[in-house]
Amino acid sequence: MPRTVFELSAPGKRGVRLPTSDVGEQPLGELLPADALRRDPPALPEVTEPELARHYAALAAKSFGVDSGTYPLGSCTMKYNPKVNERVAALPGFTDLHPYQPEETVQGALRLMRDLEQMLCEIGGMDAASLQPPAGASGESTCLRIIRAYHDSRDDGARRKVLVPDSAHGTNPASVARCGYEPVTIPSNKRGRVDLKALRGLLDETVAAIMLTNPNTLGLFEDGILEIAAAMHEAGALLYCDGANLNAILGKAKPGHMGFDAMHFNLHKTFGTPHGGGGPGAGPIAVKEKLAPFLPIPRVVERDGRLRLETDFPESIGRVHGFCGNFLVAVRAYAYIRSLGAEGLKEVSETAVLNANYLMAALSAFLDLPYEGPCMHECVLSAESLREKHGIRALDIAKRLIDFRIHPPTMYFPLIVKEALMIEPTETESKLSLDEFLAAMLVILDEAQQEPETLRQAPHTTPVGRLDEVKAAREPDLRWKG
Amino acid sequence: MSYVALTPEDRELMLASVGVDSMEDLFAGIPAELRQQAQLDLPAPLSEPELLRHLEELAGQNRSARELTCFLGGGIYDHFIPSLVLDVTARPEFKTAYTPYQPEVSQGLLQAIYEYQTMICELTGMEVANASAYDGATATAEAALMAIAHTRRQRVVVSEGLHPAARSCLQTHVWSVEVEISRVGLEGETGQTDLAALEKALGRAGRPDLGNGSHGERAVGRPFLADDAACVIVQHPNFLGVMEDVEAICALAKQAGALVVVNADPISLGLLKPPGDYGADIAVGEGQPLGLPMSFGGPLLGYIACTEGLLRRLPGRIVGATTDGLGRRGYCLTLQAREQHIRREKATSNICTNEALCALAAGAYLALMGPQGLRQVAALCACKAHYAHAELCKLEGCEPAVSGPFFREFAVKLTKDPEEVCRALLDRGILAGLPLGRHYPQLADALLVAVTEKRTKADIDALVEGVRSCL
Repeated sequence: MPRTVFELSAPGKRGVRLPTSDVGEQPLGELLPADALRRDPPALPEVTEPELARHYAALAAKSFGVDSGTYPLGSCTMKYNPKVNERVAALPGFTDLHPYQPEETVQGALRLMRDLEQMLCEIGGMDAASLQPPAGASGESTCLRIIRAYHDSRDDGARRKVLVPDSAHGTNPASVARCGYEPVTIPSNKRGRVDLKALRGLLDETVAAIMLTNPNTLGLFEDGILEIAAAMHEAGALLYCDGANLNAILGKAKPGHMGFDAMHFNLHKTFGTPHGGGGPGAGPIAVKEKLAPFLPIPRVVERDGRLRLETDFPESIGRVHGFCGNFLVAVRAYAYIRSLGAEGLKEVSETAVLNANYLMAALSAFLDLPYEGPCMHECVLSAESLREKHGIRALDIAKRLIDFRIHPPTMYFPLIVKEALMIEPTETESKLSLDEFLAAMLVILDEAQQEPETLRQAPHTTPVGRLDEVKAAREPDLRWKG
Repeated sequence: MSYVALTPEDRELMLASVGVDSMEDLFAGIPAELRQQAQLDLPAPLSEPELLRHLEELAGQNRSARELTCFLGGGIYDHFIPSLVLDVTARPEFKTAYTPYQPEVSQGLLQAIYEYQTMICELTGMEVANASAYDGATATAEAALMAIAHTRRQRVVVSEGLHPAARSCLQTHVWSVEVEISRVGLEGETGQTDLAALEKALGRAGRPDLGNGSHGERAVGRPFLADDAACVIVQHPNFLGVMEDVEAICALAKQAGALVVVNADPISLGLLKPPGDYGADIAVGEGQPLGLPMSFGGPLLGYIACTEGLLRRLPGRIVGATTDGLGRRGYCLTLQAREQHIRREKATSNICTNEALCALAAGAYLALMGPQGLRQVAALCACKAHYAHAELCKLEGCEPAVSGPFFREFAVKLTKDPEEVCRALLDRGILAGLPLGRHYPQLADALLVAVTEKRTKADIDALVEGVRSCL
């Protein structure tokens, strides 16, 4: 491994020189109470700029992004992040704005926010939007709070259950619990869709809402969505759409038309903003008119031709972020939508779906296909037969792909599929790179029979092999101690 | 513009290989009535040069802090960003990566976060830190939820010196889980948390003085039992810029068995005693000053650090070191049994995507600065803020709003409406500060002024001259 930055450190080295004070050097003891000062400076590393530049270059070489190679990580929509969007997000007119600047000095920023809200409403088939939630999970819990505030406002506060399919993302039940609700699991049927009969059996006046991802995490469109929506609404409950899989249906279907009352968008999935190694993303939400009064504050409002950030919404659930959400992520998403337009977005979804079906059709000859296609933007296959025959697990296949410079797909999710491999190529992959992926898979599936140990020991080309994660959790080593 | 890589021929070949006749067949599972009304009404697509021009135009409709001289603070500060920080976060291997679930291909990213965690621990004097939260406001709410889970108590005591947005976020996060918030006011004279009111709020001396509820905060109606507070939340320096008597606050909290959550500005920790030194259980804060642009308030960086005893309550990602089969040192995400993808509704938090790239920026910033550089930044801020304070308070019609010691930011009382003063100063190209009446009705005549190391003597003198001309 490269040395840690602490091992590069030597007393007296400096990475930055700052100007000296031009207002005189008053002794700190005269400015600040002596007993408030720290005894020892923080033990930060002492390094030079060139050393640090090499340090990060070495670390970057041991990391893998969408620019590094095929990244078919299911459920994560690892598409290309256009460079021009980085360029516009770095404009000083966006980066160097203080959130408390007077409104007349930030009209361009507010216009961009307002227009992005409107474009998201158009894409989602919704009436009002907020860019406040800084991530998808935050969008989820924000929508659930809105739903709760809505029921409360109608003196219907006894509704405490939220239905969540057994195939749902983990953030769904976690967000439910965060909002003081109780998650109730709905089983999937043999076709991998919500079991409508089971759903109807759960519906009563204690159900607040259902959280659905559509297409769902099996990559299948919930084709009973209109019946589900009718049943939910008849029972006085609302529908929430987890927008994680929106990349499949841009210009093909709108959640608002399906009967959803609220939804979130992952700008870092569908709208091409970088994932940043785990953020920052953004999780804007959009709702139907009846839920608009409960949207978080502040909201962008136009009055007399002037855009303002307003907080005076008495029914609002309050703030979910310190300021205006992840504004620079919104800038990138705005640029993405403006550069693609309606036809471009539709082409995104068509290509993403075609790419996923192309892989599914080819791979289903070698791996189990738990649910029949066609799939949408991702496909879920299973290595269960391989495990039974050769003792090869989904994990082994995924790790071996790394040796082909391909990022592993998502594994062991959704939970209802044994030895799941969840593959989402996105529209970014060309036919050439899809064929290379398939070629690698064919080699690996052959190795599973011929030399299974090669798979079990994979990857072979990385700076470290499989790590002892049990040890990591049992003997936590979470900071450098020298 | 299009980033799609299939040619029309590719599409035909691939459709045939899938075994369908047309693209529409792949979407046949979507009910026809949904497909028929799915047409998007969006502005026409723009080519790259058109897009650049359009966004430059929008950016040009803003007056940025490059053009204006910024004395605005209130949680977001105009600090200097070293060039290497921008270079590090622009590296596509970091920027375009997903959360490092696959450690073998993510050792660089994981190590960088591990180093960030270490530096946050050093800075705060705490034992462990997570890989980031969304921002300082939501990190504060997360800390309250940690304390509630840990103590099994359902009430949090919050100083009004905590950032108003953090208080609002806290309220949003806890109202649905039956947690009560008790607010403790600031002393009018010093601007510090009122210790007598704090003692009351902790349940030691009957009912607290509740004050008027601001947006979203509910007045609390029942008398409190002694020792039912999960935590005390205090910001240091507080929203008025005033340094709190954190040791006394800690002592009161400990007597009541409550945890102490300190929201601490990271730059101030270059000089000030770290929360770990005076017994805080959880340190949180806004990491934006550590190398992130102000960005109209996002993306930001929430940091959370705590004692080892609270480790398993920490929300979000944590990176740990371990070894591989050959005994080589490596890094991976760890303690995932706390997290939503494993524990679902029993997770410590629903957080998934966090602010990893911002944590990387903060790590690079802290490493570049080092202990001496950070101390110098903090000292420059303190010097310049005190110079500005002294010069402003020489003016007829301007005096200190509160008497407590301050670090980088201070409140002054003006004989003219601060909103008006700010408007006049804007005409001179100066963002004079934040009129406090928006957040503290009792300080309607006060202006909050922040002075970072970037402000020169000439900038400060222009501010003073501008204010003078208004009074």
